[in-house]
This record gives sequence, C-alpha cells and structure tokens, in this order.
Amino acid sequence: MSTPFQVTARLRDPVTTDDHIRGPADASVTIVEYGDFQCQFCGAAYPNLHELLRQRADTVRMVFRHFPIANIHPYAERAAETAEAAGARGRFWEMHDWLYEHQDQLDPVHLSLGVEQLGLPPDELNQEVEGGVHADRVRRDFVGGIRSGVNGTPTLFVNDVRHEGGYDLADLLTAVDAAANT
Amino acid sequence: MSDPNGLIQPGRPAPGFTLASTPDGRRTGPEQFRGRPVVLAFYPADWSPVCGDQMSLYQAAAPVFEQYDAAVLGISVDSIWSHRAFAESRGIAFPLLADFEPKGEVSRRYGAYTPQGEAARALVVLDRAGTVAWSYLSPPEVNPGADGIFDALDQLATDREVMTR
Repeated sequence: MSTPFQVTARLRDPVTTDDHIRGPADASVTIVEYGDFQCQFCGAAYPNLHELLRQRADTVRMVFRHFPIANIHPYAERAAETAEAAGARGRFWEMHDWLYEHQDQLDPVHLSLGVEQLGLPPDELNQEVEGGVHADRVRRDFVGGIRSGVNGTPTLFVNDVRHEGGYDLADLLTAVDAAANT
Repeated sequence: MSDPNGLIQPGRPAPGFTLASTPDGRRTGPEQFRGRPVVLAFYPADWSPVCGDQMSLYQAAAPVFEQYDAAVLGISVDSIWSHRAFAESRGIAFPLLADFEPKGEVSRRYGAYTPQGEAARALVVLDRAGTVAWSYLSPPEVNPGADGIFDALDQLATDREVMTR
C-alpha cells in the first residue's frame, strides 16, 4: 500500500428504489442529503431545500439518507428510526418534514404526539423503534455515508459530487443549475 | 520543529510511545493494541469546531471501527483535563491522548507537528504489526472524514487474506 488514497468527494452508494426520493423520477439533477434530524444546520438547510424543490420542480429530485451523530444528538437515532417506521407505511416525507419543523420537540413524549398528529399509530411505531426493527436501515445509510466521505451534517451530493458550497437558497440554486447544465 | 521529512509514510515502523490518557495517570499507546489495526488521529485542538466534528464523527463511527477490530486513538497537545471535559461533552469513549509534556513530542516523531505549536490534522493507520500502512495530512480547517481510513483498513484486510491463503 504505497500509494496514498485520495480522500474522495463522490457518492459511492448509487441511488436505488430503496431510497427515500421526492421529485420527478426523470429529474436531471439528484440531490442526496445525509442528514441528522437533531442537527441545527440540517434544520437551517431544510426550508431552503424545500424552496429549491419548489422552484426547480421539473429538474431536481431529492434523496434523504440518515446520518445520526448520536453521541452529540441524543434524540437523533430515535427520530431516524421513527421516520423509517413512518416510511414503512408510505409516510416517510411527512415524518421527515415534521421532524425538521419541530426540532425542539424530538424528545420521546413530543415525538409520539407528532406521530399521532400525522395520523400514524404511535404505540405501533414505538414498538418497532424499541425493537430495533429499523436500526439496520439507519445504520446502512450511515455506513454508506462514512464511506462516501461524509464528515458532518448536512452533507449534500449533487449528481454524485459532494457539494462544497453553502446551504442558502442562492448557493443551492447555483449548484443545481450548474449540475443541470453539464 | 516538525520532522523535516513531513508526515510519516507507509512502510515505516510506527515510533513507539505512551501518553497520558486519563487524569489518574493511565498511559496509552499503540503497542497496547498489537494484533489489531490502530488509527492515530492527530488533531490541532480540543473544542475548535472542526475538531469537535471530526472526533464526534469517529465516535459515531465506532461500530464500524469495531467491525475492523481497529483501535482509534485521538492525539493533541491539550492537557488530559481538557481532553476529559471535551470527551464528556461530545460523548467520546475512545482514548484522547495528551501530547502535553514534553509538548508535541510524539506528534513531532510522526511528522505531524506545526510551527503554531499544535498537532497537524493527520491520520495514520498502523497494521497489526505496528507498521504504518497509510497516512494522510489534511488542511487544518478541513475535517478529513473517515473514508480514507476505512479504505486503508479494507486494504489491510485484503492483504491479510492473501497472506493466509
């Protein structure tokens, strides 16, 4: 092993049908976000990503993958697994949005209320989370992120290349418009 | 002064050392983990935001390091008391070693010391026998992530399979 490895900045796990995807299937630009529901920077990027998808509805689709940093965010893992439990019922993005819109309410009690608010069965979801039913899925996303060079959250890949710019709407628009034209 | 040859390169035997790792005087070093791959993560300082992210990231990745049976050691010139408070605040369970007295001595021997008086942000992976298998120097303000480390650990596992075949 005499040649040093390059630290990569490319997505290694391709997007598949197992992913949580929103936006048109034939979009020319795919954004993959590695995110943590308790991360304030992800929370700050969330409305901008939302607006980006609205303004570029025909060209951009969005993928979310879990990257909980549980040692600094005690509620992140549970939130991620709860989103997966919602996803198993076809409601991933509603739960995702609720979590980013209620980042001050991620403790188990408020989280259950949120689940209920979305019309999902809180006891059932809690049981699945307690039983670790969705833990492997979250872990798989995390490990894939680590191997792709994710070093914190949020990390975005725009058409498989790591986004090195900011998360303001203007930065995001610039990045996706550049990707759409290449 | 840093090692004029720069960061230690693959193929070299890793200089042996132990450094204080707990306030009660316990000392930790790579030789204690012979037979396992060892990741030495030199970093400039506790508490600076990038470092926090990098060490927090390695803690979050602990289950993956376990899969490789790899030991992770963080090293900076901070005192053991700073390390303890930092580890508590970030939930870091792997050892943070204090290259504190004589200041930066171990970092220097690995070619990972800066004129600013801090450890460089450098990653060094040792194989099971204590030979440097991979090293990487990151710009101080860039969190290098863990992908390079895991590529090196994968390569070590592959080499080992070939040898035992």
